[in-house]
Amino acid sequence: MSGDAFVLERRPARSGGRWRFDPRLTLIWTVLLLGGVVMVTPIAFMVSASFKYPHEIFDLRLIPLEPTLENYTHILSTSRFATWFLNSLAISTVTTISVVFFDSLVGYALCKFRFRGRMVVFVAILSTLMIPTEMLVIPWYVMSRNFGWLNSYWGIMFPGMITAFGAFLMKQFFESVPDELLDAARIDGLNEFQIWWHVAMPLVTPALSALAIFTFLSNWTAFLWPLIVANDRALFTLPVGLASFAGEVLTEWELIMTGASIATVPALLVFLVLQKYIVRGVVLSGLKG
Amino acid sequence: MTILARPISLGTRQALWAWAFLAVPVVFFVVIRFWPTLHAFYLAFTDWNLVAQPNFIGFANFVRAWNDPVFWVAFANTFLYLALGVPISLLVAFAVAYYLDQVRFLHGFIRALYFLPFLTTAAAMGWVWKWLYQPPPVGIINMILGAVGIAQQPFLRSTSQALPSVLVVAIWAGLGFQIVIFLAGLRAIPETYYEAAKIDGATRWQTLWRITIPLLRPTLIFLVVIGSIGFLRIFDQVFNMTTEGDGGPLNSTKPIVLYIYQSAFRSFQMGYAAAVTVVLFLVMLVITAIQLRLARVK
Repeated sequence: MSGDAFVLERRPARSGGRWRFDPRLTLIWTVLLLGGVVMVTPIAFMVSASFKYPHEIFDLRLIPLEPTLENYTHILSTSRFATWFLNSLAISTVTTISVVFFDSLVGYALCKFRFRGRMVVFVAILSTLMIPTEMLVIPWYVMSRNFGWLNSYWGIMFPGMITAFGAFLMKQFFESVPDELLDAARIDGLNEFQIWWHVAMPLVTPALSALAIFTFLSNWTAFLWPLIVANDRALFTLPVGLASFAGEVLTEWELIMTGASIATVPALLVFLVLQKYIVRGVVLSGLKG
Repeated sequence: MTILARPISLGTRQALWAWAFLAVPVVFFVVIRFWPTLHAFYLAFTDWNLVAQPNFIGFANFVRAWNDPVFWVAFANTFLYLALGVPISLLVAFAVAYYLDQVRFLHGFIRALYFLPFLTTAAAMGWVWKWLYQPPPVGIINMILGAVGIAQQPFLRSTSQALPSVLVVAIWAGLGFQIVIFLAGLRAIPETYYEAAKIDGATRWQTLWRITIPLLRPTLIFLVVIGSIGFLRIFDQVFNMTTEGDGGPLNSTKPIVLYIYQSAFRSFQMGYAAAVTVVLFLVMLVITAIQLRLARVK
């Protein structure tokens, strides 16, 4: 089944063959490229503005005449972007580790063990996919208030520590791990936990990396819940911190664009490097989900 | 083989291991998903305001929503996001994917250009677009319009243009995802079908309608369902692009989730807000069910 995950490779892009001039394809290519350039224009202007002095920001030139790092030094010294960056990094990292660990634990148990109640657990977990986060934020808020989790890292992280989607995805992927391999490991005297960790997990690394990238990205960009649960500026995540910062400086667009660049560009660069895996991940999660 | 006095059967052993694997996650799902779901339903029937004891008030919250014009405005806006956003984004994404699939030169690079916005933070991009939409001499879009001789537009400052302006940002951010899914769907169609069509002398247009689109149905259904849920939940862009995140001007961009957020966390009417979340949940269920039913009938 997991072969389906990589349908991107099943058939090479059409119109193969040697290079020859084809006016139709050339036109299509040009239009597509122009469209793509339009797509990244807002991002390009954001980055460009972050290196401009205020008087130059209304200029359409992408490369500033007098590039400056002043916005960055200003923002890092007068606001808490550094803290917010580290908060986002820590929260996304811890949540991702937890999700990858627990979701594959659940996926493996539901896939490889036969026990009474298996279907019940499976359907119950799957059914939570239909509940929108928006319905849960109020009860989560009440819960956090009662347990003293407001304004804490745990408060921001706890709703996402295990996901139904990831558990389901991992279950699908463990199907591709042959049972004979697990039995062989049993004969060698490994216990079930060791078999899962040392035998099964290494065989599903493409799925694990896709799940990790997605979980990280969704936590990195998460807005609604962090906005609700954290009121202490020291605990803001990057998106929430940026929103609050921008709401204060309002018209100092070069500073807002600098903050927006800090919130998006490092992640963009990392993801650009991982593009192949992300596209693969989108496809396999999309077609499975 | 075994030297245990009472050997545990293989089945029992598996069950024990399974529950050892599942213990923490099951507790998590019960406490963090199922219990809060029930709690939301319970709160929806109370007048809880975060301070006083909650009182059971029956359907009063739902009646109140029914009679609140702002609720209906938010509801209508949400449907507008959905009704415009899903078809437009799918049409554009399909067109891009369909042609990109035929292009080889710099294929990966062009795909990356379209995909990049999907990886950005919606809150940050809300502010970027808000800047681009400003009146001249600040806003770049108005500057470009001016340069080609088109009158300046108010965009976010007008009650009629604000919602489409926000919608463009949401579509822009989601396009890359849809394109990649479409591309995968297109690649999964066996080449032999196209070869057969060619032998039969089918035109490009016929091939598109008779082969490509019918075979893309599962992909299409998936994207419609996912896209609909996404537009029904729109929040980040509106919160960051409107003045003080109020869904203005005059509620013209306010979606249902922002209405919920304001009821719960600005005016602390937790019971009322919970009732509106229940309505949102039911609307999502109904829309998804209708879409899946329609997909099956055709």
